[in-house]
Amino acid sequence: MSTTGKVRGIVSNLVTVQVNGPVAENELCYINAKGTNLLAEVIKVNGDQASVQVFESTRGLKGGDPVEFLGKMLEVSLGPGLLSSVYDGLQNDLTTMTGVFLKRGEYTQALNPDKLWDFSPIAKAGDRVEAASWLGEVQEGWLPHKIMVPFSFKGEYVVKSIKEAGSYNINTVIAVLSNAAGEDVEVTMVQHWPVKVAIKGYREKPRPQKIMETGVRVIDTFNPIAEGGTGFIPGPFGCGKTVLQHAIAKQGEADVIVMAACGERANEVVEIFTEFPELIDPHTGRHLMDRTTIICNTSNMPVAAREASVYTAMTICEYYRAMGLRCLLLADSTSRWAQALREMSNRMEELPGADAFPVDLSSIISNFYARAGMVVLNNGQTGAVTFIGTVSPAGGNLKEPVTESTKKAARCFYALEQARADQKRYPAVNPLDSYSKYLEYPEIREYLDRTVDEAWVDKVIEAKNIVRRGREMKDQIDILGDDGVPMSYHVSFWKSEMIDFAFLQQDAFDAVDALCPMDRQKELLNTILDICRRDFDFEDYQQCREYFKKLINALRQMNYCVWGTEEFKENKQQLLNLLEDNGK
Amino acid sequence: MANKAYQKIYTQLEAITKATVSLKAPGVSNDELATVDNRLAQVVKTKGELVTLQVFAGTEGIPTNAEVSFFGAPPTLKVSEQLSGRFFDAYGHPIDGGPEVEGEEREVGGPSVNPYKRKQPSELIPTGIAGIDLNNTLVSGQKIPFFADPDQPYNQVMADVALRADVDKIILGGMGLSNDDYLFFKHAFEDAGALDKIVSFVNTTEEPPVERLLIPDMALAAAEYFAVDKNEKVLVLLTDMTLYADALSIVSNRMDQIPSKDSMPGSLYSDLAKIYEKAVQLPSGGSITIIAVTTLNDGDITHAIPDNTGYITEGQLYLKADTDTGKVIVDPFRSLSRLKQLVQGKKTREDHSQVMNAGVRLYSDAQNAKTKLENGFDLSEYDLRCLDYAKEYASRLLSIDVNIKIEEMLDTAWELFGKYFKPEETGIKKALIDKYWKA
Repeated sequence: MSTTGKVRGIVSNLVTVQVNGPVAENELCYINAKGTNLLAEVIKVNGDQASVQVFESTRGLKGGDPVEFLGKMLEVSLGPGLLSSVYDGLQNDLTTMTGVFLKRGEYTQALNPDKLWDFSPIAKAGDRVEAASWLGEVQEGWLPHKIMVPFSFKGEYVVKSIKEAGSYNINTVIAVLSNAAGEDVEVTMVQHWPVKVAIKGYREKPRPQKIMETGVRVIDTFNPIAEGGTGFIPGPFGCGKTVLQHAIAKQGEADVIVMAACGERANEVVEIFTEFPELIDPHTGRHLMDRTTIICNTSNMPVAAREASVYTAMTICEYYRAMGLRCLLLADSTSRWAQALREMSNRMEELPGADAFPVDLSSIISNFYARAGMVVLNNGQTGAVTFIGTVSPAGGNLKEPVTESTKKAARCFYALEQARADQKRYPAVNPLDSYSKYLEYPEIREYLDRTVDEAWVDKVIEAKNIVRRGREMKDQIDILGDDGVPMSYHVSFWKSEMIDFAFLQQDAFDAVDALCPMDRQKELLNTILDICRRDFDFEDYQQCREYFKKLINALRQMNYCVWGTEEFKENKQQLLNLLEDNGK
Repeated sequence: MANKAYQKIYTQLEAITKATVSLKAPGVSNDELATVDNRLAQVVKTKGELVTLQVFAGTEGIPTNAEVSFFGAPPTLKVSEQLSGRFFDAYGHPIDGGPEVEGEEREVGGPSVNPYKRKQPSELIPTGIAGIDLNNTLVSGQKIPFFADPDQPYNQVMADVALRADVDKIILGGMGLSNDDYLFFKHAFEDAGALDKIVSFVNTTEEPPVERLLIPDMALAAAEYFAVDKNEKVLVLLTDMTLYADALSIVSNRMDQIPSKDSMPGSLYSDLAKIYEKAVQLPSGGSITIIAVTTLNDGDITHAIPDNTGYITEGQLYLKADTDTGKVIVDPFRSLSRLKQLVQGKKTREDHSQVMNAGVRLYSDAQNAKTKLENGFDLSEYDLRCLDYAKEYASRLLSIDVNIKIEEMLDTAWELFGKYFKPEETGIKKALIDKYWKA
């Protein structure tokens, strides 16, 4: 018989339950409030008192209300139909809920049980298989969705029988396996997995080998993120975090994108619902929504489900990774998740760490980031989960616990800067404070030099140095005055401004400029570096400024033009004419 | 909310703080209302039989043998068309001498809209103020605060915006309003002849601070009635949210919760989000737009209240005294409307976003020139042009006393560009320059 209990205490969404039997950490339970079952998760046990966090509003809950424990942790359903779905943090399908308002205690199925999928077998009777082995596949949109041996299976199995090709729903038994003891187990197209446990079932997790293109110049060229890599975007509000993340979601070179809107604005998610079905994936020409799953737990939705939402999203990514696909997980924002942890820790009256966050915040964050990565599957194929999280540092101060903990865990750092945002220099990624550790990886350097351009990484470093020098010159000019410094200071400064305006800045709302493919980034950087390597003669600093403004204008007009069009060539010619006039 | 005859009355308090009382009362539900010594209170914590209540009016004079009786339900508001034109206190009782409102009794602080059922905001809310319409366009369903120092005329600007905006209802939630400001709003609404489309819930500084906690929920319950049931465009004004947050911290402090940044409760973000996220564009056409005021301490936006607000709201508006023109302007650098691109160039002229960006960028060049001037450096010819431009830009476009149509704002901007700059100095797309440039 399963454990039951009674409500003993309530503070907001933390409820204390007196239990009559064994309970497990993270076990789920239903609290019955006036006939409505509210889902909750055990977060602490003390004697016969279990503290549970309720994933819903606890309004109207009473001491003595009955509680029933479910004997399992928070799980997600994994199977065909995940893509194009819109879920809340607990994987309830938001699209099938009735009514405009969310009803408390309304839980909907994650996967449509009636929909038929065209199945074709991969394995055959007699094959030896283990957890995560591919048994068959169905076509999900345009992706081959592998039906796998459930991840929870231990040891080796033999395929006893497998369904022939045909249309089946997700609950159809598509294979029967026998285990070492000779017992038969049935496998359907859907399996369940606890979200807080990483999905294994791969051979190894090597270092990342290649970069993931995003079409955003300041990322791809200046601080590239690896496929299977991790990165984070901290920034004060109003610096364009969300715009940048949406750009990555639209343009990122991945097979599957999972977006976790974690404690953020509902209207931002609406923007995704509205725009994504219209948008075309620039890499494949297919609908963006076909490859996207949205996990949406906005700031006004229950706090505990917010914490669950990032885990739900990660688990879905890991599932697709096991099919040999490249997944990109975007979580906006991980600070809201940390705040959810803080609210609970606070209500449980735990001794607080820095800024009242729980003391294990750092380890929770790094464990989560560690679930990303490229893997070699047992069949030799590869899959990847690339993870980019945003962080909303309190007061825009990067010396706060969430940013600091994340910095230790993530390999790429995209620092959004208030000053750049104020000057409308978007994306407001600080080109010098930001970094990508992957640029230091020999295998990534080799990859970039081979696939983008000869000595590409050296060129990137050269460009960064020009920007750095330009900043130093600017400081001198500000101290000594325009007339108080040699002309070379002005030239250095304007060269760095040219890189800033024509390369680093990018108009996310312009149809052409928003997406800059790698070959175009290469041409642009080469053009700009060629200009930067020249010497120029100017009579005074005003002439210098005028001249560089014209260069910048020509380059920017080029960025707005479709590559190779007449208009583009005209602007390029204008640039070349300017360089004829001056510059050797 | 009268006591009912069958209710059990408790008369033994176990503990009293300035904002809360605790007593043994079995079977009480979370968030339920009660009266303590005839003052309204709400259950905030239960532990076994011990119940903690927050007393909205404060606990001054409450004895340990005070009478406590429970309502069995959370706070409610009676909603109907009769709300229009009325002034209420934090409990929803009339303060204008009129009769109680008859209507359906609804819980306040109810559930959220399913995000999937929302519509993308796409309707422009013109205000006539170029600092807002041109640079920080407002959209129905948006939530945006004024970040203002206490000495700035934020309530006046907000009243202007509300009265000029094309909406069906205006709902004022006043928290800790001074009596003078309360009367200001009342007279502004009366003078505009707009009283019948206004509903006000007001807590003044004379009333206990904890009462303020009810104001946003009351105002938004009324807003949801008009937006959801009547498909109306509703504008909610909330002033001042800093005083609301202060009241939250008082209660959490009295409940011995561990404070996080700036002695605010750790749940501040969620608490504020619950309010602001009520802003919505509904599929039926109704909408709730929230314009709030968050007062700052000496312009400090890193304080937990404005900081958390900024992460929740869709932008923020700053007012600033412009020394060049002697006028109050909408600060073009720090102000931001996140939803502006949903209407700019779509509901307004195609050149809107580029003109806006160029205008602000050139204004920023003028600020650099000003810094140079202050540091005693010579100004270039370009710097001088920028400074002249900045003055005219501030007085003709940024100033809050401007009241013109958006087309006219764009034309004014082009006129200024043509007067002071060369086309390439604006960085505007060539196609637009060809079409709109005024030499």
